Amino acid sequence: MDCSYIRSLINRYCAGEENWVDSRTIYVGHREPPPGAEAYIPQRYPDNRIVSSKYTFWNFVPKNLFEQFRRIANFYFLIIFLVQLIIDTPTSPVTSGLPLFFVITVTAIKQGYEDWLRHKADNAVNRCPVHIIQHGKVVRKQSRKLRVGDIVLVKEDETFPCDLIFLSSSREDGTCFVTTASLDGESSHKTYFAVQDTKSFHTEEEVDRINATIECEQPQPDLYKFVGRINIYQNRDEPAARPLGSENLLLRGATLKNTEYIFGVAIYTGMETKMALNYQSKSQKRSAVEKSMNAFLVVYLCILISKALVNTVLKYVWQSNPNRDEPWYNQKTESERQRNTFLKAFTDFLAFMVLFNYIIPVSMYVTVEMQKFLGSYFITWDEEMFDDELGEGALVNTSDLNEELGQVEYVFTDKTGTLTENNMQFIECCIDGHVYVPHAICNGQIMPGTTGIDMIDSSPVEEGMESEELFFRALCLCHTVQVKEEETIDGIKKGLQQCSKSSSSSVYISSSPDEVALVEGMKRLGFTYLRLKDSYMEIQNREDSIERFELMEVLSFDSVRRRMSVIVRSHTGDYYLFCKGADSSIFPRVIKGKVEQVRARVEHNAVEGLRTLCVAYKMLKKDEYESVCRQLNSAKLALHDREKKLAEAYDEIEQDLILLGATAVEDRLQEKAADTIESLHKAGMKVWVLTGDKMETAAATCYASRLFHRNTQILELTTKRTEEQSLHDVLFELSRTVHQHSGSLSRDSISGLSQDMQDYGLIIDGATLSSVMKPTEDGSSGNYKEIFLEICRNCSAVLCCRMAPLQKAQIVKLIKASKEHPITLAIGDGANDVSMILEAHVGIGIMGKEGRQAARNSDYAIPKFKHLKKMLLVHGHYYYIRIAELVQYFFYKNVCFIFPQFLYQFFCGFSQQPLYDTAYLTLYNISFTSLPILLYSLIEQHVGMDILKKDPYLYMDISKNCLLRWRTFIYWTFLGVFDALVFFFGAYFLFDNTTLTSNGQLMTANTHLMFGNWTFGTLVFTVLVFTVTLKLALDTHYWTWINHFVIWGSLLFYVVFSLLWGGIIWPFLNYQRMYYVFMQMLSSGPAWLGIILLITVSLLPDVVKKVICRQLWPTTAEKIQNAEKQLKPDGFSEFTPLSSLHSSNYRNSDRRNQPQRRSDQLSKKLMYTHWGNHDYCTFSSLSVSDSKSNSSSGLETSV
Amino acid sequence: MMASSYSAKEEDGHPSGAAGTSNSSAMKSKKPDNTAFKQQRLPAWQPILTAGTVLPAFFVIGLIFIPIGIGLFVTSNNIKEIEIDYTGTDASEPCYSCSDKSKGNSTEPTTPCTCEVSFNLEEPFESNVFMYYGLSNFYQNHRRYVKSRDDSQLNGDISSLTNPSKECEPYRESEKKPIAPCGAIANSLFNDTLKLFFVFPNGSKSEIPLIKKGIAWWTDKNVKFRNPGGNNNLTAVFSGTIKPVNWKIPVYELDTDPDNNGFINEDFIVWMRTAALPTFRKLYRLIEKKNSITPALARGNYTLEIIYNYPVDKFEGRKRMILSTISWMGGKNPFLGIAYITVGSVCFFLGVVLLIIHHKYGNRNNSADIPN
Repeated sequence: MDCSYIRSLINRYCAGEENWVDSRTIYVGHREPPPGAEAYIPQRYPDNRIVSSKYTFWNFVPKNLFEQFRRIANFYFLIIFLVQLIIDTPTSPVTSGLPLFFVITVTAIKQGYEDWLRHKADNAVNRCPVHIIQHGKVVRKQSRKLRVGDIVLVKEDETFPCDLIFLSSSREDGTCFVTTASLDGESSHKTYFAVQDTKSFHTEEEVDRINATIECEQPQPDLYKFVGRINIYQNRDEPAARPLGSENLLLRGATLKNTEYIFGVAIYTGMETKMALNYQSKSQKRSAVEKSMNAFLVVYLCILISKALVNTVLKYVWQSNPNRDEPWYNQKTESERQRNTFLKAFTDFLAFMVLFNYIIPVSMYVTVEMQKFLGSYFITWDEEMFDDELGEGALVNTSDLNEELGQVEYVFTDKTGTLTENNMQFIECCIDGHVYVPHAICNGQIMPGTTGIDMIDSSPVEEGMESEELFFRALCLCHTVQVKEEETIDGIKKGLQQCSKSSSSSVYISSSPDEVALVEGMKRLGFTYLRLKDSYMEIQNREDSIERFELMEVLSFDSVRRRMSVIVRSHTGDYYLFCKGADSSIFPRVIKGKVEQVRARVEHNAVEGLRTLCVAYKMLKKDEYESVCRQLNSAKLALHDREKKLAEAYDEIEQDLILLGATAVEDRLQEKAADTIESLHKAGMKVWVLTGDKMETAAATCYASRLFHRNTQILELTTKRTEEQSLHDVLFELSRTVHQHSGSLSRDSISGLSQDMQDYGLIIDGATLSSVMKPTEDGSSGNYKEIFLEICRNCSAVLCCRMAPLQKAQIVKLIKASKEHPITLAIGDGANDVSMILEAHVGIGIMGKEGRQAARNSDYAIPKFKHLKKMLLVHGHYYYIRIAELVQYFFYKNVCFIFPQFLYQFFCGFSQQPLYDTAYLTLYNISFTSLPILLYSLIEQHVGMDILKKDPYLYMDISKNCLLRWRTFIYWTFLGVFDALVFFFGAYFLFDNTTLTSNGQLMTANTHLMFGNWTFGTLVFTVLVFTVTLKLALDTHYWTWINHFVIWGSLLFYVVFSLLWGGIIWPFLNYQRMYYVFMQMLSSGPAWLGIILLITVSLLPDVVKKVICRQLWPTTAEKIQNAEKQLKPDGFSEFTPLSSLHSSNYRNSDRRNQPQRRSDQLSKKLMYTHWGNHDYCTFSSLSVSDSKSNSSSGLETSV
Repeated sequence: MMASSYSAKEEDGHPSGAAGTSNSSAMKSKKPDNTAFKQQRLPAWQPILTAGTVLPAFFVIGLIFIPIGIGLFVTSNNIKEIEIDYTGTDASEPCYSCSDKSKGNSTEPTTPCTCEVSFNLEEPFESNVFMYYGLSNFYQNHRRYVKSRDDSQLNGDISSLTNPSKECEPYRESEKKPIAPCGAIANSLFNDTLKLFFVFPNGSKSEIPLIKKGIAWWTDKNVKFRNPGGNNNLTAVFSGTIKPVNWKIPVYELDTDPDNNGFINEDFIVWMRTAALPTFRKLYRLIEKKNSITPALARGNYTLEIIYNYPVDKFEGRKRMILSTISWMGGKNPFLGIAYITVGSVCFFLGVVLLIIHHKYGNRNNSADIPN
């Protein structure tokens, strides 16, 4: 990336003024333009080499080291290491150098390996052959030698080597099909169009003769945006200019499908291709745990510095007596004596720093990273989050945020494709007020028992026939659906395939599922769209005859207009404009038709949660059409502001329509969406639905998904209301309502669980939201925002409809910045959710039908919305408690480790004498105490997985980062200090004034031997290692064989290592101070007794605290643990097999409900509530006796 | 961090024709394995620290610790120990004449100064007696001091003998010759000579035999410390070196016994094991019981004769001589016994408190808590 940027900078400054322009000119096939064209200074473009690797062979070591030492922790340890090298320090540089070296090497190897893979991949890509037309012949070249302006031949199933302007294809109509699966994940085939004037050049000789220049913008990363112009010179005439849009641009990375070959001219190469420009990595998100970890680190850094300062000062106070500073038995060297006092003090300070630096452990960073990295595999491995239909499980893009999943307070969810399946079914259409219902509902299969349903509500009257047929034709023509005949389609479309198999083998493919549903629906109503051939759309009508319409123009859909249009010419030569779109964007443009009836039906459908579209048309006269054509072309040819001009043109064209009718498409709720939302609510999360849909539809979905309950009082903050009252009044009224309630809340519900109390739901629409956010003239915007936030805070659910993508992000930002700084999570499936996914603390993408963009930009991707429940309640909860313990424990064990060393300074004349041997200092964090905590932080489960899922209340146990609050931190620190005091003074009293001795049975009979300072240190260290490991053992609630292995294994390892380390005269060491120290210590009875005593004393307070807290003030999790233990023997075994039964039952009942729901609105409503009662099962609330819990689990299985 | 870089790799995507086609087949294998480990469902023992489970442990600890503590305390009290300070800082003390104070600033004691301290044993020391010297305010654990030695020289390495480690500075060379043994520790070897006499009621004295071997760690004497070139003809081996500046005799004249001379002199080895704390005692001699009837040291009057060489006055240190018997648990050590009794009682007490809490509050909120 950097490279290309620098290169483009160089280009700009070196190539002169001309290249400052925003566009580039390309000569197709490097052909000189005919004389008379503007003077042209060739620009330099990068070659087609793709460089995704970060390093080269030469710069790997320096660059990688630089990158690594940019991390503050590594840098800190480097400094410590250098200090150790430079000054005379108590511990050898090995003690900090070895761990640092280890960390750096491991990381470097990992990064190097990854980079090597990238190099390999780069080389494979850069060397792969491409076909280039040179002098009328096809030449093979390596991809990297491709230059801008080359004409490239790409064959079927090849990927495009660079960004190409599509000149011609093997197809007569100059189209080609492309999948962009590797770019944006959309595996559907997209049609691209060749430049009109060149599409007839089919052979290489012909193509080589093209004389044209292309002007286009400089490369920019937006995949869907491109403007350019091609000037084609034919026979020395004035060049014919044609507009180029993104439909002419074949992107690198996309694959050619269903087309034998195409010709294209390279316009962006190498690192300037849109794919390469999209490499940019997202900004790093940091979790709340990491922030508190850093805060703790600062505290420890302060402790470290103050310790060093205290010791330095005391040292000089103590040394003021020259006999202490330099007694006769311990003289200084001459150079030491002559050193400057100030310098001496400073080096002493540094030496103390070095001595105590282990309090900030280098291994903590490694362990935390390993924990996150390895831990994230449990998410990808989770079978329950695997979706068979999609063939994919959860994906982890950022393991840094694992624990944040356990801290979520606000969930922002998209509606379409997230809450709902985005698997559209055509339900009905309404033509001039008459309702038509196709005879069967197709959702992957024909539903049984649906024959009895009325096909058509009221049979059409004779005169209605004409408009009816026009309506059907309109829907058959006004779309961008493609017909695909082959069977090679990906998993998502399988449902459709099955559906259409009955009649023909063709499959409809479109980027919009609504359109597919509509065309499918039309098929069932007798009008079948066959194909688009040579700009003619073919329709098979009810009489099985084929009608052909020439497709003149497509006014494509965009989310601002919320409608699309086509202009077609019928065989009779009439021009029709068919327009379909959201009711709000169609009704204002309608001048004729049964608007009232249609509007009523549309509103009725919207309330039922159906997606409605209105269809309108108008006839165009020939001259009208031609003016439209001109308008469109001039807009399309514009190089600048093309979007705007096009929008204006569309706006003008789509006027004075005649309303035909409306359609209703159902988007079913995703499986268990309601259950998931309810669980999230119970877990104390606030769920917001942000959707672009209209209010009624969205509200209906919210009711269905139990975001709003029947007793939820809905507060509306919509344009409808703000039209009547001023925004100010509405806001204040709402906040008053909410506050009345919250006043009563504090009285009534001390229990805290908000089941029976009145809850509020807020509905707000995009327009109102922007006026809330917009600063008003008197500058009271902050005020509105505050009131709005206040209202939101008191609402359990908020629905934001009519939202633009950017507004979604704005809302997330607003909540993020509110004064509690809650942790937010955004979940969505489409490109329009990307902004909010990137904005929220945790972004979750659903691998939906609208492509992979959301999943790619997210931190985690899951196949279905229901997986969010396990993701947050189980994985998030586990990761949080695991990392919280990991962080606290690391600080604790290092306090235990270093504090005795600090105390020892008071007894060794502040001489920086280390208490422990070098090997112990080095290995303490690396090997003696590292694995147990790592494994603990990977597999600890304080409460069973099923319980966590059944009882979402538990999630509140850990909310607000409660395990890493200052109180807990201080508790752990003091525990560490206490243990350290016990270790040190325990050993001190064993040694002091009395003789801790071994009676030496092992060596010689009845000898009374003396212990020195290293034995003292080893004794403290042994107690330390055992205490710290056993403390973890006491905290472990989930003892698998791995825990046993690791905990007892590392203790054993410590003993074995010590025996070995002291058992041999190590030839490479220049001191043998540890020789036999450990064995001698073990041969002494009092040492054993002392060790056991000190371990007991150090562990005692923590155990007592735990037991008393559990008994007197148990947390929810602890209560559950107790209950779980009680229940397990009888309740557990029968539960597991039944639960799997339950899920399949659930699906069946869901299907059975389906037709009934549609047939009668009343019964549907009943069905919902009935279903809802059984659908979600409340596990025993905590205070309930276990007989109740048994009965409720029975309830669950009965569904 | 790690995962993000992995995902970056994935995002690069390197589109190739092959990747696209292999996608669908890879999809099938994407299904995660249903192993207990991957699904986090490994069978596990799930202990919970409740009052119910901890209570018995507390009582058991209490019941075990208190007897141990009592045993230790009694044993420790049965150990006989007598400590005699012979520093002589005060003019009334017998060794005052020998201490630095009386001599003023002249640091060169030309003739060895001898003094005598009398003491009385009211009870006989039945079993073997250990004789220690103790120093206070002597920072053997000072960093500069601790590292000022050359272990390879002490291990008999010839090259280190002639070229000692830099750590020994400023006790590395003297008069351009390498010091053997080098370093501050060796240089400050304790060089008072202590002799013990039993004073018969009639006034005559009999010297009590002091055994000077077997006071060092066996491994130190036999492995860690070695004379260069074996034990024969140490004079020749040490010829190129010079004695430590504070020593009166060279290292090869420490003892006449070749098995206790040079670096393997046990007094030297004991001194070389630096003490952990500034107040320490080191084993000096053993007094063995002659036979089962007579105690090692009978009741009566004794005289300690000191050849006073070691200056401690300058750093306000003290010198002591200690006589002690020994038990199975080592020397006199009331701390361990008291600590055991205390901890045992505290555990017992806590057990009772927990029992009360458990009964009073346990039934209130979760009676079902206590497993069985």
